[in-house]
Order: sequence, then structure tokens, then C-alpha cells
Amino acid sequence: MSEHIVQPRIYIIIFLSLMLGTALTVMAAFVDFPGPLNAVVALTIACIKATLVVLFFMHVRYSGRLVWLVIASALLWLAILFAITFSDYWTRHWLPPFAS
Amino acid sequence: MPEGLVTTHEHATHHPGLQHHFENMEQQREAGTLGMWVFLVTEIMFFGGMFLAYTLYRYMYPAAFVSASNHLDIKLGTINTAVLIISSFTMAMAVFSTQVGRQRGTIICLILTMILGASFLGIKAVEYYDKYEDHLIPGRLIPARPFAPEVAQPGDTDPHKLHLIEGASVNNVELFFWIYFAMTGMHALHMIIGLGIMTVILIMTWRGRFSPEYHSPVEISGLYWHFVDIIWIFLFPLLYLLGRHLEHHGG
Repeated sequence: MSEHIVQPRIYIIIFLSLMLGTALTVMAAFVDFPGPLNAVVALTIACIKATLVVLFFMHVRYSGRLVWLVIASALLWLAILFAITFSDYWTRHWLPPFAS
Repeated sequence: MPEGLVTTHEHATHHPGLQHHFENMEQQREAGTLGMWVFLVTEIMFFGGMFLAYTLYRYMYPAAFVSASNHLDIKLGTINTAVLIISSFTMAMAVFSTQVGRQRGTIICLILTMILGASFLGIKAVEYYDKYEDHLIPGRLIPARPFAPEVAQPGDTDPHKLHLIEGASVNNVELFFWIYFAMTGMHALHMIIGLGIMTVILIMTWRGRFSPEYHSPVEISGLYWHFVDIIWIFLFPLLYLLGRHLEHHGG
């Protein structure tokens, strides 16, 4: 597999998308969405921006499967870190404390 | 002499940038990229721990986190986000220029990237100074200036005072600022290291060390720079934006 050269045209499109995403997330922050939707909107936009950077600026779209595997492993371990921690804190008040 | 040692070295035929433990330039380049990604995974886990702390304490003390978050300067935060995105673009263009052998283009793009990175740090320093002025440096990090923000009374609109929404305690606002300084501080440290790396890459480019066949150091430094950008892409909404819609409720 020879090196894929990403053309400036693609970099410009990604750059403009990132700027647009930044503008959107700032505007959305002042809108009073119901429930936890503000956080969901902000994080969704952040994830899309990060994905664009990883795929195009960091060339992962054109990288080998081994690179994809390494990145997936990072996300998996990050998920484990969050899941196990929150399985504790999130459920702490589900049961009444023991009376001694 | 054992046969193995009498090698017909092919120095004349292979690229001078090729290390001997690699078969060819392509294998060398891919190994370098993979190695950098493995390093970035450790960085993800490192920052991941801090993101976890942020998420956990925001979950436990939402009102204090909203109050503290709204004290941050959203204009400077947004400008800094734009500055970093532009710097990522110029970095990507630096890599492209090297790939197609335009040495002058690479040098210009690298210098632009460094100027933007330094601007980010400058704006960050202004923000840190504002926090210092408002007595928001947590604990006794600065012994002469312990954490002691002035809490605004209802109706007071002084932006230098801390506006607490209902249910927020000053102690938990301090917790937010510990996390804020830890995360933005570590991010800023990565930016400073990035500027150092860019200086080295700039000098190497200047000396003509890279070509369309060999430019892994440029590519890999780019990966680092973009990674630091991604951390900020998450820090910006989490620290500056969440809770903005509650800005004028109470307090």
C-alpha cells in the first residue's frame, strides 16, 4: 500500500466543516433544550469534529487496518474506564445505607 | 569469515533515509505511524482519566459546575478553538507540502502553525490571569492568592464576581477550577511540547532532510499536533459551553 496523498481541497472542506461545527456548538449552547439534550448536542458535535480530524487530518481513512485496531482499542479501554467507574457512582444511592 | 558477515551492502540502491531493520521505505513509514498511534493511545488514556474526573464531579455537583463554567470567558474560548482548528489545517498543509516536495510551502505552513500555537497559549495566559484577578486559582496553588472568589448577590451583574445558581456551593466551584486548571494546564503543556517539536521539524526541513520519499517525522509530528487539537475540541464544550443556557437563571 503506497502512501495516499490527501489533496488540499479535502483539507479545506474539513477545515470549513470544523469551523461550522464550532459555530453551531456555540450557538446551540445558548438554546434551552429539554432535559440533558444540551450535553448530548454539544458532545455529538464534538465527536463529529474529532472524527473528521482523525479520519482526514490524521489520514486514518487511508491507513492500514492495524492503525484502526489500535484506535479501536483505545476507545474500548476508555469505555471500560467510564463504565466501571459509573457502575459504582451511578448506583450508590439505589439502596438505602446499612443501619449498624 | 562466516558467510553471514560478508554482505553485499546495497547502500547505493536504497534510500539513505531507510533504516536497516526495515525492508523498504513503505514498511518503515507504516511502522512509524503505527508506533505514533500506540503512543497516542497512552495519551488518550492519560487525558481519559481527567475526562472521567470531570464527568464524575459534574454528575455529582451539576449546579456548581454550571456556575463555574459560566464564569469562563466564552469569547476567548471560542477564539482559541478557531485558532487551534486553523493551526491543524496549516499543519495538514505542511504535511501535504512535504509529500509533494515543496520545501518552501512546508516551511511557511510550519511557521504559521507555530504562530497560531503560540497565539493559543497567549490567549490562554490572558484567561489564566483573569482567573487570578478574580481569586479563582484553586487551593493555595499561589500561596499569596488563595481561592476566595467574591460571590455575587442576586441582582448584581459584576462579571468578576461568582454567580452561583441554586444549589451551588463555593467549595464545589473550587473543585471545578481544580479540574479546569489540571486539564487546560496539561493541554497547554502539550502545546508547548508541540511547539518544541515543530521547531525541530522546521530546522530539519530547512536543512533539506525531507523529501516525497522520506518525511515520516513531519507526518508523525502532525499526528501529535492534531491529537492536541482533538483534546481541545472536547475541552471547549465541556468546560465553556455546558450550562450556558442557564446563565441568567437565579444568582
